Amino acid sequence: MQQIVQPGMQPVATTFFFYFLSGLILLSGVFVITCKNAVHSALALIFGLLAQAGLYLMLYAPFVAGVQIILYAGGIMVLFLFVIMLVNLERSRRENQFNKQWLVGLLAAVALGALFVAVYAKGKNLFPYRIAQPIETSNTQEIGVMLYGKYMFAFEIASLLLLVAIIGAVVMAKKRI
Amino acid sequence: MLNYVTSYLSSNTTPGQAGNVLWTLIYILIVFGGVSVSVIAMNWLERKALAHFQIRLGPMRVGPHGLLQPIADAIKLMTKEDIIPAEADKFVFMLAPLIILCASFAVYIVIPFGPTHAITDLNIGILFMLGVSSLSVLGIVMAGWASNSHYPLIGALRSSAQMVSYEVAMGMAVVSAVLMTSLHGLGPYGVGVGTSGTGTLSMIGIVQAQQEQHVWFLFKFFPLGFIACGIFAIAMVAETNRAPFDLPEAESELTAGFHTEYSGLRWSLFMLGEYAAMMAVSSIAVTLWLGGWFRPFPNTLTGQTWDLVFSLFPGLTFLGLAAIAFVGVVRMPKHAYFRAQTIGLVGFGAVLGLIGLLLFVPPVRDRIQDIFWFVAKVAGFMYLYIWYRATFPRYRFDQLMKVGWKVLLPIGIGVLILTAILGVVL
Amino acid sequence: MGAGQPGDRERPIIMTDRIMVDPKTTDAKTSDAKTADSTRFLSHLELGEPDKTFLDTNELVINMGPQHPATHGVLRVILKLDGEQVLGTECVIGYLHRGVEKIAENRTYTMFNPYVDRMDYVAAVSNGLGYCEAVEKLLNIEAPPRAKYIRVILTELNRLASHQLWLGTHALDIGAMTPLFYTFRDREEILKIFEKYCGARLTTHAFRIGGCQYETYEGFEQDVIKFLDFAPPKIDEYEELLTTNRIWLERTKNVGVISKADAIALGVTGPVLRASGVKWDLRKAQPYAAYSDFDFEIPIGANGDTYDRYTVRMEEMRQSLRIIRQAVGRIPEGPIMAKVPKVMKPPVGEIYHSIEAPKGELGYFIVSDGSTQPYRIRVRPPSFVNLQALDIMVRGALVADVIAVIGTLDIVLGEVDR
Repeated sequence: MQQIVQPGMQPVATTFFFYFLSGLILLSGVFVITCKNAVHSALALIFGLLAQAGLYLMLYAPFVAGVQIILYAGGIMVLFLFVIMLVNLERSRRENQFNKQWLVGLLAAVALGALFVAVYAKGKNLFPYRIAQPIETSNTQEIGVMLYGKYMFAFEIASLLLLVAIIGAVVMAKKRI
Repeated sequence: MLNYVTSYLSSNTTPGQAGNVLWTLIYILIVFGGVSVSVIAMNWLERKALAHFQIRLGPMRVGPHGLLQPIADAIKLMTKEDIIPAEADKFVFMLAPLIILCASFAVYIVIPFGPTHAITDLNIGILFMLGVSSLSVLGIVMAGWASNSHYPLIGALRSSAQMVSYEVAMGMAVVSAVLMTSLHGLGPYGVGVGTSGTGTLSMIGIVQAQQEQHVWFLFKFFPLGFIACGIFAIAMVAETNRAPFDLPEAESELTAGFHTEYSGLRWSLFMLGEYAAMMAVSSIAVTLWLGGWFRPFPNTLTGQTWDLVFSLFPGLTFLGLAAIAFVGVVRMPKHAYFRAQTIGLVGFGAVLGLIGLLLFVPPVRDRIQDIFWFVAKVAGFMYLYIWYRATFPRYRFDQLMKVGWKVLLPIGIGVLILTAILGVVL
Repeated sequence: MGAGQPGDRERPIIMTDRIMVDPKTTDAKTSDAKTADSTRFLSHLELGEPDKTFLDTNELVINMGPQHPATHGVLRVILKLDGEQVLGTECVIGYLHRGVEKIAENRTYTMFNPYVDRMDYVAAVSNGLGYCEAVEKLLNIEAPPRAKYIRVILTELNRLASHQLWLGTHALDIGAMTPLFYTFRDREEILKIFEKYCGARLTTHAFRIGGCQYETYEGFEQDVIKFLDFAPPKIDEYEELLTTNRIWLERTKNVGVISKADAIALGVTGPVLRASGVKWDLRKAQPYAAYSDFDFEIPIGANGDTYDRYTVRMEEMRQSLRIIRQAVGRIPEGPIMAKVPKVMKPPVGEIYHSIEAPKGELGYFIVSDGSTQPYRIRVRPPSFVNLQALDIMVRGALVADVIAVIGTLDIVLGEVDR
């Protein structure tokens, strides 16, 4: 079959794409929390998730990127949009944004920022290479081996949990069984 | 300069894999242009074929046999007034058709027209295609909601529920095909060792697996491959909201669909997205089960002579089309009003004939093989789409969901399990 | 908003005048106080609450408007839905009311004849047959045998044409767009025969009081025989497309079921009644116009659902062909018009005469006061009475089924509204 990484397949403009994608994610995050219209927030979140899939691609994890698009952007966000659209949020649109407790908010943000800086300083040595290295076997194969080998039990339990959730949702929503 | 061109004409990787931006852009433009032209041709073909199914003629006036009808339609739609409902959310209203379009067109990045004729060959090709086509659901939901009216919203929600349900069945069928790529052995029941036994998600890899296993996946573990392809074929009709699954956009039902409030060019963007999505999923089906770009019978009828015979097909097809055009010319009424149409049809037939003759020239003949067979198989699927629309009544919405969840999904899971068992046992 | 007045019948659907009133200028209390009528109606629809979306209310009242591609004319159906299920319907008719019965009071019997075609404009020949026979009964004259045979042939051809139109439009409503074109193409042959006979395709005015005006044209029998050979493969083609089609079966089986007792209680007639299992056809029960000379069967169904109505009408098409084949072979010679006075003054009295039109029992109740113009003509249209069954048939069904059921009732609004 195809070789996963062929000679000559160099990462292209890594720095540019990293900053670009990260900037997109930050921008969409800002829009999510500042948009008055809930649908616009959801759309901004979708945008951010797609940019995150791009970041996964840069980390040589194409399977995770693909699954991110399928499940997150194409499944979970569609669900969010359904709920937002079916629930009438007219009232919240007309409300004013308030920021009466801006001092506390500022203190919390500064504390969080300091925490991030401390974590980065402590953990800088864990990742000696700035750029992710390609792996020998494919990301899909690695995940497959892990899920069905080492973490088989957790995988099955998770799927059982999802089954319980589905049945619960159906039972609660159906009028007559 | 010429060296540059020839070096990339005879490369052995896709432009995306080689990392060449210029050639990738050129491929993208070619594919984009090809898809747009195909959509126009598909529009014409649908009207004509549907008309002939219904014993009438279809468009005949605009251009000979209505060949210029899609262009007239496009001009009409472009000059229509662009109406945006007063209370509608303008940004989302304008964004929705674009999302559907981008989702439909993005699938073409991974579709292989030949061993090196793809824009790129992602090693998660199939996963990418499934993901991107699920983004079009977003566009539909947004279109319905942004119209700010009950009926488009209901239509959009129904349409998206239908698409999401059939994506599950599609996924099962796709996983069966991907499973078959990882098998040893040749022929329908995999006797003997022929392959490396490593599965792949890349589209070109899937087609090459079919070659290495000497069987189209349609016939692998017969009838399992057949059933899997059937499930995918039905699910893809439901994915693209086409008959018999077109209740959300039917005219005679109460909810007139998510594109009610759209007019003019925006509406035509929806139609463009729909036809592009139809061709995209047909291409996926062809790649997964019908052997992609390989000519029919690549392993049972081998040898130089058979290769030669099959390589004559492209030229013969175009010459046949030119012959049909000339028969049409002969049957045109001999009246002054039809002079322009007759001349137009003669010109069209002449162009087709020239292309046919060009396709007999050996260098062109060799290069065009892959693309021709791929496009021919996709064209077969598109004809099936039109045939379904002409023949079948519409499913009611609850029956539609029942078919998706209670019929297709269990059969898909069953095929998957049986394929896995047979793959291990044989 | 009280419980209603005594003698109020239980209304199946809750509809309020407020739907037709501008919601901005009136509110609940004033409109109740204004019209005593609105006490008849209870309203579950809460208008004017800003926090509720239309999806929050359990019951939704929507309108399938007069212009709608699937209502076969200008019919307005108000549906009360619970989500997707129909709780009740109300039909608003009268958009095509032309005052035909009132016009009849100012026309002579002969002058009224063309008006009758325009009621059920799909099966104009049947309408004419019913009216002419009713007036003949009133005048106590009988059409000559040759006229009777010609009448039977043309009426059965028209039955076939009407059923073909029904099939095309019904299939189109359910989503199969192709049978429409096939049935219309085959209907052309029948319309050609009509045109050659009396000059018109649709509103034929084929018969006169006392017989027929026109003698059959040269080649009439050959045309009809050619049609008899042309038609059966076409009917087989329609069956091939639809009868065993899985999607058609799912859309029509157990949809719009009406039981035998309900059908009889509501006065439903025609193929709808026969599909519920009642073997009642006026051609056999009260034979008129030479039907007693012919040998044919009455198809009945078992369940009373849409699929049974479909099979009953398909079989009726074949039986019509059988009747025509028997009739065209032995049209008796003789006059085509009985001795009818020039100025028709029927004796004082009243008469009710009904025939089996393609859609059901078409009846004419004529009251004569001795003058040249009738005192009152009341038409009993089959579609009008069948339409009442719509409510019972779609209770509990989904919205998409409402359209299928309206199609299967085979209503023509010209007849319902007159």
